[in-house]
Amino acid sequence: MRLTTARFEQMTRRDRHSLMTGLLFISPWIIGFLAFTVFPLFYSFYISLTRYDLIRDPVFIGFANYTELFFADPQFWKVVYNTFFYVSLSVPLSLGFSFLIANLLNTNIVGRSFFRAVMYIPAIVPAICTAMVWLFLLNIQYGAVNGILQSFGLPAIPFLSNPELTKPSLIMVSIWATGNAVVVFLAGLQDVPRSLYEAAVVDGANGWQQFRHVTIPMSTPVILYNLVVGFIGAFQEFTSAYLIMGNNGGPLNSALLFSPFLYMNAFQFLRMGKASALAWILFVIVVIGTIVFFRTSARWVYYGGEK
Amino acid sequence: MSAIDEARPVVTPSIQRRTRKMGAGSVGIEVLKYAVLFVLTASWLFPFYWMFTSAVKNDSQVYTIPPVLIPNPAYWNNFGDAWSKNNFNLFALNSIFRYALPATLLTVISSGIVAYGFARIRFPGRDILFFICLTQIMLPWQVTMVPLFITFKNLGWLNSYLPLVLPNAFGSAFFIFMLRQFFLTLPEELSDAARIDGASEFGILLRIILPLAVPALAVVALFRFLGAWNDFLGPLIYLNQEHMYPLALGIDRLRRNISATGNNELVYPYLMAVSTIVVTPILVLFFFAQRTFIEGISVTGIKG
Repeated sequence: MRLTTARFEQMTRRDRHSLMTGLLFISPWIIGFLAFTVFPLFYSFYISLTRYDLIRDPVFIGFANYTELFFADPQFWKVVYNTFFYVSLSVPLSLGFSFLIANLLNTNIVGRSFFRAVMYIPAIVPAICTAMVWLFLLNIQYGAVNGILQSFGLPAIPFLSNPELTKPSLIMVSIWATGNAVVVFLAGLQDVPRSLYEAAVVDGANGWQQFRHVTIPMSTPVILYNLVVGFIGAFQEFTSAYLIMGNNGGPLNSALLFSPFLYMNAFQFLRMGKASALAWILFVIVVIGTIVFFRTSARWVYYGGEK
Repeated sequence: MSAIDEARPVVTPSIQRRTRKMGAGSVGIEVLKYAVLFVLTASWLFPFYWMFTSAVKNDSQVYTIPPVLIPNPAYWNNFGDAWSKNNFNLFALNSIFRYALPATLLTVISSGIVAYGFARIRFPGRDILFFICLTQIMLPWQVTMVPLFITFKNLGWLNSYLPLVLPNAFGSAFFIFMLRQFFLTLPEELSDAARIDGASEFGILLRIILPLAVPALAVVALFRFLGAWNDFLGPLIYLNQEHMYPLALGIDRLRRNISATGNNELVYPYLMAVSTIVVTPILVLFFFAQRTFIEGISVTGIKG
C-alpha cells in the first residue's frame, strides 16, 4: 500500500489525472463487479457450507452438502450422467452440423442470407415459445411429428414418455437451435483468404483436399470458439430442458439436467445450501472443461502465424 | 466488419471453375446442394409453421391424426381471444416498459461509459482490470443466482423488476468487451484534437465517439432487448404475482393453468396463438435489422 501511495505521488499531474478519470469511467463496472460478482461468489461458497431454507437462520455444517451429494444422493449422479450425456452429444453434433451447413452456405448459393436467416431464427426467438411448440410437436397422441410418421404407416415414437428417448429429444431441439454457431462459422469461412484456395488449386488439390487442408485448418480458431461457447452453454442449459421435460426432468428423471436440478433444490425444496454446493460443482466442471479445451488447443488450433 | 460483406459472393476457385463449364456431374452436385437446403429449410421452419397454423385451429382440427396441415376454416379469433382472455396486454406492457426498455437503456449507457474508459483512457492497472472483466463473462449464472436471490429478498425487492433491471446500470462484461473492441478501431487523432481544444473525456465520449459508435450501440441495444424479451429464468425466480408477469411467465402461466384444471379445451391453439404473437416482433426486428444481428454475432465470434 505504501508503495502504491509512493508511486501515486511520483506520478506526474497528468498521469494522476488520467488514472482518476479512467477509474471514474470504469467505476460503474467496478461497483457492479464487487456487488454482483465478488460478493455473491464468497456468499455462495459460504451458503454451500450451511443448511439454509430462507426461513430459519443458516446453520454451518461444513462440507456436508458436498458429501451428501457425492455419497448419499443417487439423484445427483443421475443428473451428472444426464448432463454429460446431453453435453457430449449435443455439443459435437451441433458443432459438426453447423460447420457443414456453413460450408454449404459458403459455396456459390442463391439466397444465402435467406438460408442463413432460417438457421438463425430458432436461436433468437423466446425459448419458451419454441419449447411450447416442441412439446406439442413431440406429443405421443396428437403431435405432428408422430402424426406424420403414422400417416406413412410408421409407429409413433414416445419422444417425451420413454426414458430412453427424452435426452435424445432434448439434443434434437438443441441442434435445431444452433443458429449462432452457423452464423459465426460462416463469417469465419468468409475471412479465409482466397489466395490460399488459389494456391491449393495450382498445387493440384481437388475439392476435398482444399476442404481438408485449407478450410479446416483456417477454421480451427472459430471451431475452438464455438466449442467453448457451446460447451458452457450446453452445461448450463435450463429453459428448454425445464419446460419440455417439466419440473422433474421427464419420466424417471431421465432428462433432469444440472441447472433444472439446481433450480429445483433452491426454489422448490428451499435447500439453498445444497443448491449452492451444486453451483460450485458446476463452476468447477465448466472451468476445468474450458482449461482443457484451451490447453489442448495449442495442438490443433492454427492462428495463421499471428501468435 | 468487412468480414460479413453480403454482396460479395464467396466462391472457391474449384467451384468457380465448375460453374463455368457445367458438366453432368456438377449439375448433379448443384441439384443435390439445393435439395439438401430445401429439406433443411422445410424442417427448420416447420415448427414455426405448426405454431402459426395450430393457432387458428379449433379442438377438432388440433387433436386429429393425420394432422391437419392447412386449417379450414381458420379460427382467426383465437389470436384475440387467447391474448385478451389471459391478460396478455398487461404482460406485454410489463415486458416492454418494466423490463426490456429500462434494462436496454441502462446497459447501453453504462457499458458505453465503461468501455470508453477501458478503450480510450490510458491508466495504470487498466489491462489487469479489463482481464478481470473478461473472466466475468465465463462465470456461470448459477453461482451467483442463490446469493443474489437471498440478497434481493432481504432488501424486499422480490416481486419487483429491480433485481432484473438494476444490475444493468453497472455495465455488462460481454457488452463492455464488444464496445471496447469497437472503440479501439476509432482513430486516436479524433480524441487528441478535441483534447487540445480543451474538451473533457466525457465531452469527447458524448460529442465525438458516441455519434460514430451508433452501429455498435445498436448491436448492444438489440441483443439486450432480445435477452430481456426472451428471459424466462430471471422472472421465474423473482416475480410470483401475476400482475407483475412478463410475457414469458404469462405463457408459462397459461400452460400451467390449463394442465392444472385438466380443461383441455383449446389448450394448444391458445398456447400457439400467444406464442405466435410473442415471436412475431422478434421476427420483424430480425427482418429489419438482419445486418446488425449478423454483424454483432460474427464480430464477437471472429474478432474475439
